[in-house]
Amino acid sequence: MEDTIVAISTALGVGAISIVRVSGKEAISVVKKVFTNANFGEAPSHTIHYGYIKDQNENIDEVLVMLMRAPKTYTTEDTVEINCHGGINTTNKIVEVLLKNGCRLAEPGEFTKRAFLNGRINLVEAESVNDLITAKTDAARNMALNNVGGMLSSKIKNLRAKMVQVLANIEVNIDYPEYEDELEVTHNILNKNLAEISTELQKLIADSKNGRLIKEGINVAIVGKPNVGKSSILNTLLDEEKAIVTNIPGTTRDIVEGSISLNGILLNFIDTAGIRETDDEVEKIGVIKSKKIASTADLILFVVSNNEKISNDELELLKEFPREKLLILINKSDLKTKIDVDKLKGYEYFPGNIFDTNGLDKLKEAIINKFNLGKIITKDVSYISNLRQIELVNKAYKSLENASLAEEKKLPIDIIEIDLRDAWEYLGELIGDAYNEELVDNIFANFCLGK
Amino acid sequence: MIKMYDVIVVGGGHAGIEACHIAAIRGKKTLLITSNLNNIGDMPCNPSIGGTAKGIIVREVDALGGLMGKIADKSHLQIKMLNNSKGPAVRSLRAQADKITYPHNMQEALKKTENLEIKEAMVEDLIVKDDTVLGIITEAGEKILAKTVILTTGTYLKGNILVGAKNTPGGPHGERRSNHLSDRLKEYGLKILRLKTGTPQRIKASSIDFSVMKREDGDDKLWTFSLDDQPSYQVADQHPCYLIYTNAKTHEIIKANLKKSAMYGGYATGIGPRYCPSIEDKIVRFADKERHQLFLEPESLYYDDWYLQGFSTSMPEDVQELMVHSLKGLEKAVITKYAYAIEYDAIDPLQIKPSLENKVLANLFTAGQINGTSGYEEAAGQGIIAGINASLKVDNEEPLILKRSDAYIGVLIDDLVTKGTIEPYRMLTSRAEFRLLLRHDNADLRLRDYAYKYHTISEETYNRLLLKRKQIKELTNYLKENHCKLTSEVENIFKQNKLDIPKSSLSFYDLLKRPEITINFIKKIITIDYPEEVEEQVEIAVKYEGYINKAYREVEKLNKLELKEIPEDIDYQKVKNLASEARQKLTQVRPRTIAQASRISGVNPVDISLLSIYLKKEYNHD
Repeated sequence: MEDTIVAISTALGVGAISIVRVSGKEAISVVKKVFTNANFGEAPSHTIHYGYIKDQNENIDEVLVMLMRAPKTYTTEDTVEINCHGGINTTNKIVEVLLKNGCRLAEPGEFTKRAFLNGRINLVEAESVNDLITAKTDAARNMALNNVGGMLSSKIKNLRAKMVQVLANIEVNIDYPEYEDELEVTHNILNKNLAEISTELQKLIADSKNGRLIKEGINVAIVGKPNVGKSSILNTLLDEEKAIVTNIPGTTRDIVEGSISLNGILLNFIDTAGIRETDDEVEKIGVIKSKKIASTADLILFVVSNNEKISNDELELLKEFPREKLLILINKSDLKTKIDVDKLKGYEYFPGNIFDTNGLDKLKEAIINKFNLGKIITKDVSYISNLRQIELVNKAYKSLENASLAEEKKLPIDIIEIDLRDAWEYLGELIGDAYNEELVDNIFANFCLGK
Repeated sequence: MIKMYDVIVVGGGHAGIEACHIAAIRGKKTLLITSNLNNIGDMPCNPSIGGTAKGIIVREVDALGGLMGKIADKSHLQIKMLNNSKGPAVRSLRAQADKITYPHNMQEALKKTENLEIKEAMVEDLIVKDDTVLGIITEAGEKILAKTVILTTGTYLKGNILVGAKNTPGGPHGERRSNHLSDRLKEYGLKILRLKTGTPQRIKASSIDFSVMKREDGDDKLWTFSLDDQPSYQVADQHPCYLIYTNAKTHEIIKANLKKSAMYGGYATGIGPRYCPSIEDKIVRFADKERHQLFLEPESLYYDDWYLQGFSTSMPEDVQELMVHSLKGLEKAVITKYAYAIEYDAIDPLQIKPSLENKVLANLFTAGQINGTSGYEEAAGQGIIAGINASLKVDNEEPLILKRSDAYIGVLIDDLVTKGTIEPYRMLTSRAEFRLLLRHDNADLRLRDYAYKYHTISEETYNRLLLKRKQIKELTNYLKENHCKLTSEVENIFKQNKLDIPKSSLSFYDLLKRPEITINFIKKIITIDYPEEVEEQVEIAVKYEGYINKAYREVEKLNKLELKEIPEDIDYQKVKNLASEARQKLTQVRPRTIAQASRISGVNPVDISLLSIYLKKEYNHD
C-alpha cells in the first residue's frame, strides 16, 4: 500500500461543494505542492487550512483543506480532504492536478479497503460502510448503520451459540462415550434441533429478502399492450415527465426508470415497451427485453384499458407471469367501461386513472400489502443485505439441509455432524470469526467430565 | 574418556520409551537415563491405554514403528471398541492394561533393542555452550556428552504431591523428584509453567462389594492395537470393570469439607486440566447434578488394588475415607492409596518448534508432560517424533513434521507449538478438523510411507502395506465393474434381510453407497474374499465418499497455505498495521507458514492479509 490515492468523495453532480480525498504516505506532501497556504505542510493534525489549489501558477479554486495525520484517520494513513466548489469541471481539474503530482486514482471502494486492510474496521463493517455510502433511502441507511454497530453480528452469534451447544453435546458423546449420564444426542434430539435451527436460519434468509428490499428497493415492471397508458401512469406516479407519451402504439421502446419512496422502501418503476407480437425488428428487441425485465422484476404491474375489450394476446401474456407477482391496473376508469372483468377472475385487479389520485393510492396500498411493507421494520433493522452475506447464510442453510438429509438416512452421528459444523462455520465466517477454541471451550464449560 | 552418544533420552516414561527406542532402531547410539530402572513404562495414573482419540494415537505410534500398541496387546485385562455406532471417524480402542505386566513387557522390549543403553541416574543439569546442548550432568556430577538430548521428565520436575494441606516434594509413588533441572532450564532462557494433575484412590479388592455394581465387560470381538499383531487372548479371559455413582451423602461430605481441599483451600498453585476436574470441582461447578459416574477398574492381576476412576481429589485423608465410604458397595472399602494432586514444572510449548526441538537451546528436544500435555498416549506420540527428529538432527537431515491432515500426532504438536497451553493438554477428536481422514482403521495407510522412508519399519511390514493398497484398489474396481442383477434369487436375498429391492440393476459399488447396505450383505450375493481390513477400507471409502472427498478438498486448501512459508528472519515490527496482540503472538510463536499463523489465537484474518501483503512485497511471495 505504497501508493497515495485520490478520488472525489462526494456524489458527482451540481452541489454547493465537493470533497476531494487524498490518502497515503505522500498525501500531505503532494497537496503541499499544489496548495498556496505555506503553513500547511507543518501544521498539526486535524486542522483546517484556507487557500487556493493551483496548477503551476494558475489558481484553480478557492478551497478549505483538512489535514489529518496517521493513524487517527479513516484509512489510518495520512489523509487530506479538499473542500472545493461544486461542479464537475473544477473538481475534476483538482483531481487532475493531484494525479499529475504523484497520486493515483483510487479504485472504487479503495479507501474502505485500506481501512479494512489496516485493521481499522472488520469485514462486516467494511461491507456496511459500502452500503451506507450507496444507501438510497433512510431505511437503507438505518440498516447499514446498524450493521456497523454489530446488531446483525449479535443475531448470528445467538444462532451460533445454539448450534455450538448441539455440537458440543455430540462431541461429548463421542469423546466421553462411557459417560452414560450425559444426554445422548440421539437421532430424535438431533432432528428436533436441526429443525429449530433451520427455522431460525430460514427467518434470517426471509429477512435477508427484506434486507435486499430495503437496500435495493422493489423493482416494478409496468407491462401491458401498447397504448393502454403505461407511461402516463408511470409519469403520474413519478410526478414528472420522463417517459415519452404519444398516441402512436409502440413508441416507448426504451426502458425508462424512476423511483419513489413508499413507506421508506424504494419502488423502482420500469416501463417496458408495449408488449405485443410484432414484425418491427427494433420493437421486437424491445419486446423480448420487456418480457425479460418482467420476469426478473419483484412485481409486475399489468396495465389494461377500461375502455377496450380484453384481448386474447393480453390473456396469453398474463399466463406467462407468476400470479403472485401480478397486480392488474384497469386504467382509464374515467372512460366508458368496455372491459369484461370476468375474464380477470382469479387475478388481483383494481380500477384507476391518472386524474384520480384515489385510485393510485389504492395501487400503492396494494403494493404495500403485497410486500408486507407495513411489517418490514425500517428502523433499527439489521437485515442481511449484501451478496456475500446472503451467500454465506444460504450455504449455512444448505449445510443444515444436508445434515437433515443425512439424518433421514440414519447416517452415523459423526457424519451428520460434519454438515452441522459446516453451517456453524459459515455463520462464523459471516461475522468474521475464524476457527477457534470456541467448541472445545464449550465442551468443558457445559459438561461434567473427568477421571 | 568421556562417553559420546548420538541421542540421550532423560526419563523412562511413555514419551521417553518411544523416543529412545525409535532413535536406537534408526541406528543411533542411544542412552536412556532414568531415576529408577524399575519404573520404566510405569502407569502412575489410570490403568488403561487408548480411549477416544488416544486409541487412534496408539495406532499411529504403531504405524510409525513404536512400541506402545504391541506391548498393550500383550498386557491387557480387557479391550473394547468405543463409539462403534457413532461413525467410522470416531471409533477408537481402549484397553485396561495390567500395571505390572505392561512395564515388565516394555522393559523386556527395550532390553532387546540394539544400540540402546539404559542407565539409572538423576539428571540435574545440561551441558550448554553457545545456546547449544552438548550433553547432560547427573546429580553425582557425571557428564555425558551427546549430539542431541531429549527431555521427557513427566511430572518429576520439582514435583509436589498434594493431599489436603499436606504438601510433599516428590514424584508419583513417592519417587524422588528432580530439584534443579527446571531452574537450570530457566537460567538458559526457557519460560517455565507450573501445571497440575491428579489421580484418584486405589481400593483393596476384597473390601469391595461388586454385587451391587453394574458390570462392564470387554468386547466379544477380538481386537489388537498393533496392525501387525494377531490377538493373543480369548474373549472369555477378559476381566470386567464396574460402574457406580456418587450420591447426595457424598456431595454433602464434599461441600462440608471444601475448604480442606488443596485446591479450594488455596494450597496449590498449578493449573489443572478442565477435562480432568477433581470430584470437588465437579460438585461445585455442576451443583445441580444429583450424581456423578465413577468406575472401578482393576490395576493388575498381581496385586489387589482397584482404581476409582472419576473420584480424583485433593482432600485430606480423613475426608477421603468419609467420601469413599459414602459410595454404594464401598461402605467397608479399604483405601490402599489416597487420591492426590501433583504439581510439576513444564516448559511453555510456544518455545518448541514443530520438530519438537527447542527454539532457545539447539539440539534439545522435549516430549510428553514437559511440553504441557497429559496422557500416556499423547506422550508416546510426541516421544516417537522427538526420537525420529533428534536422530535426523544428528545427520543434519530435515525433520519429520506430520501435518494436521496426516495424524492426530500432527494435530497435537501443531496445537502445542502454535496455540500453547495453560493446562495439561489432552487430545480430543473434536480438536482434529480432518478427523474423518484420521481414522483408527487407516493409520497404516496414512503413516507407513513415512515410517518406511525413515527406516522405522521393516521391508516386510512395508510390503504388507503395499499389498493392502493393491487389494483395496482391486476390490473397489471389482465392485464398480460388477452389477447386481435382480434375479429372483437376488431379490429373495434382499427380502430375507428385510431390505428394499433396488428399482433397477446397479453396480455393487453404487449399491454399497446405500446407508443400509453393508459389504457383508453384498457377500451374500457375490463372492468377495479379502482380508477384513481391506473390506473395511473399501466399505468406508464407498459409503462416505462424498464426505471424504470434501475433507480432502479442504486439506488441499489448507496445504496451499501450508506451502506459504514465512522466512525465519522475518521482523514482525516491520509488518505495518498489525494489531499489537497479533504482533506479539507472531513474534512469540514464529509460525513456519501462513497456515500455522492463521491458527494462532489472537491473530485475526486481517492480520493474516497484512502479513501476506508484507511477504509479497518484501520476499516476493505469491
